[in-house]
Amino acid sequence: MKDYLIFLAQSHPQFRKAELESLADLNGIQVDFSNHNIEHPFLLVKLNNDEEAFKLIDRAILAKGIYELWGVGNSFDELHYNIKNNNNLNNLKEPFINSTFKFENLTFQGGKKSRDEQIKIFDNFSYLSFNGKIKMKNPDQIFTILEKYSLGNDLFPLDKPDKLYFGRQINLSARSKGIVEKYDIKKRPYFGTTSFDAELSLFTSNIAQVKKGDLIYDPFVGTGSFLVSSAEFGGITIGSDIEFLTLKGKGPNKRIKDNFDYYKDPLNYIDTLCMDFTNNAFRKNLIFGAIICDPPYGVREGVKVCGSNDENKIGRENILIDGKLAYLRRDYIQPKKMYSLDLLLDDLLQFSSERLEIGSRLCFWMPVANDEDIPTMIPQHKELELIYELVQDFYKWSRRLLVYVKRDKNYNGTTIKSENREGVNNFRERYFHKFSKASKVQ
Amino acid sequence: MKFLTTNFVKCAVKSCDGSEGSFPLKYENCQLQLEEQDFNPEFIVSMLERLDWNAIIQVASDLGNNLLPSQKPEDIDGNSEMLKDLHSLLIETQIIDGEMVCRNCKHVYYIKNSIASFLLPPHLAK
Repeated sequence: MKDYLIFLAQSHPQFRKAELESLADLNGIQVDFSNHNIEHPFLLVKLNNDEEAFKLIDRAILAKGIYELWGVGNSFDELHYNIKNNNNLNNLKEPFINSTFKFENLTFQGGKKSRDEQIKIFDNFSYLSFNGKIKMKNPDQIFTILEKYSLGNDLFPLDKPDKLYFGRQINLSARSKGIVEKYDIKKRPYFGTTSFDAELSLFTSNIAQVKKGDLIYDPFVGTGSFLVSSAEFGGITIGSDIEFLTLKGKGPNKRIKDNFDYYKDPLNYIDTLCMDFTNNAFRKNLIFGAIICDPPYGVREGVKVCGSNDENKIGRENILIDGKLAYLRRDYIQPKKMYSLDLLLDDLLQFSSERLEIGSRLCFWMPVANDEDIPTMIPQHKELELIYELVQDFYKWSRRLLVYVKRDKNYNGTTIKSENREGVNNFRERYFHKFSKASKVQ
Repeated sequence: MKFLTTNFVKCAVKSCDGSEGSFPLKYENCQLQLEEQDFNPEFIVSMLERLDWNAIIQVASDLGNNLLPSQKPEDIDGNSEMLKDLHSLLIETQIIDGEMVCRNCKHVYYIKNSIASFLLPPHLAK
């Protein structure tokens, strides 16, 4: 085993470990992440080889890069001392002694250094005495000095770093290669007010372990954010939504399909269908590699299904128009009624338990008011193991990414259906009543 | 709606579950359009494993194509002609307008603007 250093992104630190664990599991890599500290930008891990390190970080969204570790210190003097006294230094150096190379300096919370200051730092590593040529563009190897600065009482970084690492770059993450900017919602031909942001869509597809050739389903597809993020990782995607107009898009070149053409992966898009999830039209033996969604109990859309509670409307489907029953006509508009979020979640878990490949994941986002008893609100199904409950906190509410793994018939997990859940998740109503106590129902 | 998608969808009415007539649906009065896409043989080979071949034959026949082999093609990695034909049928053939009828309950679903709608009237939505 060798020591590697992961430089983490300073974004959603509470989600970083789950992403790395999911990517390790996806690539069959055994690794201990127990050192992870959400306050700390660096994570030391032990891995078998560079190939594992490369794969672990390659498509990460919440990590920046991974480095073969040559030395650590609390000051530059200590760092140099530790590198020089690393018993393994010759073995680490030997394969690269004639490679072209460059040095690089990355900091956490540090100020920008001038080129001269950087060169001064690099020159102090001359004792490594590489024979290869220095090459600024596409060198064979990049050696990186990573520094962590703490902030002083004035909130400006202190003059000297308090932790330093030196290592050889193995791989930079998808994030460092610009994937989050690539998927920026506003750059897409088609997006809407409910489009899920690029960074967390891509992250969700990682947590869902989307891989090449997997059939990925989003039952509340909207403008298709999870479809494009899953296609990026090779998923073959299909979606459905009850809103026909959303699927139709904003014009001939502003549809979900056009986003796939824009990202140059049209083969990864199968279709989007207009469907009430609770009356699902997918054939029962169609098996999915992941189900990913942000159900529409959010702020802008309530939960709706086909049907009507309006006495005046019931029966209208059977009126004869031009000798044809209304509901069989092309221009018939199916009425929709409000549906309970809790029942919808029961349906989602049941559907996932029937349609997911064993070992595959259901990932969905659920918002809740922070004054609710949240643990009692999380649905569970006996064939789905709840493995993550990742919390993104807002002021009076939070959004959770719930992640379940489909297990086989022998697995006997917990069942918590809506009738067993103590709280009622009426998030939407509470949002509009500013989460007042009075709006809390039991 | 791609031709491929016809292989994934059945009648949405719950009481039709398990009845033979609910899959595949019967495709009537369909307007087709060929939308060119890059040919990827590997994609077709892997997709073929997921397909219900009898349903492919049936829907192709609804749409006027009776030229498909009666058995799912096997070991076609090298058969580029067959792969191209399947690419053209499954991926490039779009149903832009038409009707899908359940052979069991006779409910009619419509395809409009290339989007298939499975929304149900109140008496069928349970």
